Amino acid sequence: MRRLQTLLLVTLLATAALALVYLKVSQLGLPLTPGQLEPVWAVEAKIEFEGQGRGALVKFDIPDELGGFLRLDEYFVARNYGLNIEQDGDDRRAEWSTRRAHGNQRLYYRTEMVPRAVEPAAATPKDRQPKPPAKPKYEEPLASAIQDVLGEVRAESANVFTFVSQLLVKLNATNPDSNAEIIRGKLERDSEAWVARLQYVLAGARITTRMVRGAMLEDRSANQHLVPWLEVHNGERWEGFDPRTGHKGYPENFVRWTVGDAPLLAIEGGNNASVVFAVSRYAQSLTSVARERAEVSHSWLANLLLFDLPVNTQNVYRILLMVPLGALIVAFMRTIVGIPTLGTFMPILVAIAFRETELAWGIGLFVVVTLAGLSLRFYLERLQLLLVPRLCSVLVLVVILMLAISLVSAKLGLDRGFSIALFPVVILTMVIEHMSVVWEESGPGAAFKEGLGSLAVAILGYLLMTNEYLTHVVFLFPEVLLLILALFILLGRYTGYRVTELLRFRDIVEAPSSDVRPDR
Amino acid sequence: MFGRIAKLRAAGVVGINQRNRGYIMPRNPRKLYARVDDKVATKRLAQAAGIAVPELYGLVHSVREAGHFDHFVENRRDFVIKPAHGSGGKGILVVADRRRELFLKGDGVALTRAEVVHHMQNVLGGVYSLGGHPDQAIIEYRVKFDPVFEAVSYRGVPDIRVLVYRGVPAMAMLRLPTRRSDGRANLHQGAVGVGIDMARGRTTLAVCQNHRIVEHPDYGTPLADIAIPGWDTLLELAARCHELAPLGYLGVDIVLDADLGPLVLELNARPGLAIQIANGRGLRRSFDAIDQSDPLPLTATARAALAREVFLAQCPG
Repeated sequence: MRRLQTLLLVTLLATAALALVYLKVSQLGLPLTPGQLEPVWAVEAKIEFEGQGRGALVKFDIPDELGGFLRLDEYFVARNYGLNIEQDGDDRRAEWSTRRAHGNQRLYYRTEMVPRAVEPAAATPKDRQPKPPAKPKYEEPLASAIQDVLGEVRAESANVFTFVSQLLVKLNATNPDSNAEIIRGKLERDSEAWVARLQYVLAGARITTRMVRGAMLEDRSANQHLVPWLEVHNGERWEGFDPRTGHKGYPENFVRWTVGDAPLLAIEGGNNASVVFAVSRYAQSLTSVARERAEVSHSWLANLLLFDLPVNTQNVYRILLMVPLGALIVAFMRTIVGIPTLGTFMPILVAIAFRETELAWGIGLFVVVTLAGLSLRFYLERLQLLLVPRLCSVLVLVVILMLAISLVSAKLGLDRGFSIALFPVVILTMVIEHMSVVWEESGPGAAFKEGLGSLAVAILGYLLMTNEYLTHVVFLFPEVLLLILALFILLGRYTGYRVTELLRFRDIVEAPSSDVRPDR
Repeated sequence: MFGRIAKLRAAGVVGINQRNRGYIMPRNPRKLYARVDDKVATKRLAQAAGIAVPELYGLVHSVREAGHFDHFVENRRDFVIKPAHGSGGKGILVVADRRRELFLKGDGVALTRAEVVHHMQNVLGGVYSLGGHPDQAIIEYRVKFDPVFEAVSYRGVPDIRVLVYRGVPAMAMLRLPTRRSDGRANLHQGAVGVGIDMARGRTTLAVCQNHRIVEHPDYGTPLADIAIPGWDTLLELAARCHELAPLGYLGVDIVLDADLGPLVLELNARPGLAIQIANGRGLRRSFDAIDQSDPLPLTATARAALAREVFLAQCPG
């Protein structure tokens, strides 16, 4: 019963911890290893126009949902302009206005984005069922060309999407037939006019279409224009088509900017308006990307991140969260290996003290100060002082010793010297007292054994607690504490031999009683 | 390594982890520890139950009292000072004789009165107690140990540790002080442990510092086959101690006084495992055999008899 309960608890804790870690990795894209970089894309739109010396209003369509990307941030840069952002359904528009625009005007809009870790739950089906377009009245020779092409394609296709695909392939063929030639006219096939022409043709088959503009994410491309794309509705959903090839879908690096063929930019009170786009990519640590991603995605998991805490508190937790890991080493060393230590938590405290002094200095300090402190303690013992004042005298000695070391290292110009901290002083004093009690009671052998055991465990604990990888994992995924708790519970159930006991009890099994019975 | 584990397991050797989780936790109720850890309480319980213990001369509660300890030992040439909550033989001061103002320790070293008081202050300050809590100092009768062990112990007081499992003595060993253990009968301090044939009351194998030995490390005297006087009384006494503190896993330390016979020195709720090395066998077999004899006899005499049976079943001849 108790066994079942324990195992159940352990399973529960471990599952909870691993599930949370898994969710955080898969939903927020948190990295399991430190120092990973992830690309952040920045798309910048530069709007230019000639002011006419009077008030100007600039209306510029900006993206709302970015599809497979998540907007981390956006910036509006325009000097002397007031900004207003209009939201109308899915359409979003920046409206800059100024009372007086004179000469060349420049406005910028910049948005930064990262690929989504997970696609948002199937694009909200708020699209109303669009009304199919009326069949246009084509004029000759276009009319008969369109009729022919539509007729041919209809015979070869099964549904709306294959119909559109077939049509686009036909019209984009390298060796177009005469009908396609007529429809193509002199249009550039990556132009918005070409998409408009395709829409016009498809209206002949009463197929609902719309134009989508988007930016292609290619590093360091300046002076770009948005790429027009064709979207077709099959009565259930919209699907994108490459107007140049007829391929269904969108390229991976395509970011939807606006939907519809309304002009991107509208300016009142200005001439020679133009808008160009620049795309750039820069790397940001995966952790900070994940952090921003968590913030903007409003996931409940974001509440389990420590980034919202003040930086000071965060730093404390970076250390504090590692303490259970250090305790794990102590527990392992004591229950499984059987290394004696001074008390249970002393090695962890020493390990934390090492963090402040750095390892080499820490070990040196530990050995020197402990030996000196022990000597003093035994001298004071001979003066027959009471326990508490004696302990305090040792504390004074430790402080003086540390002061001396600091002064000497300063004199010798070892400016790298150790960074003095309060914590190690207290810890060292406690070590000395602990050791001297063991010394008195179990002899110097036991005292040094326990002292060295503590030192060894503390060094191991220090190495573990300062391990970059572990620090990273524990800070980003504090839920691993539950896993550590589960490990402790398992460790608490261990009834096997300790490694040191294999040696200790050796003679019971290795030296049969008959061999050593004295005959003399 | 795994071969060693299998062998130890086959020999029924109990490790610390198993002792703690398998025996101490389920068998030793926490609330009974006070009766065992506090030597004054143990002594009073034992006296009430008519179990022989070293006489209590006095109990020192405060540093001020320590300065006036003389009236407790006015007409006594020898006595022992020890912490009421000590463990592992820590903080025990044996005064074997007095010369004018000096107190001669068991090992012959002379202490001034101030040094004795200082020792008492340390005891009161909790230096030797479990957890370092302030403690009391016991002043009691110094055992004059039976001369039978004179040839095999270096100063100090040899004692007999009996491991009593659910009231049935499961294993016993004679603990002999050595020079290394500074006259103390504690195995981890270097004392010699000698296994005892539970049925016949004779010593068998010996161990020192976890190693099998055949002779006393200081004197070179053989350690095997020493007959322990009054073994039957001793075994029954150990079994009776279970009634003082019904701990399922109990260590009973008994000394053989030349005049008074077996006296219970102290009880231990967490007895160590070196007794297995001294006896050359694991504890678990005895424990299992005792568990199989459930329901266990109610009288100490019957339990002592069961202890012999269990031993003979395992080590015939």
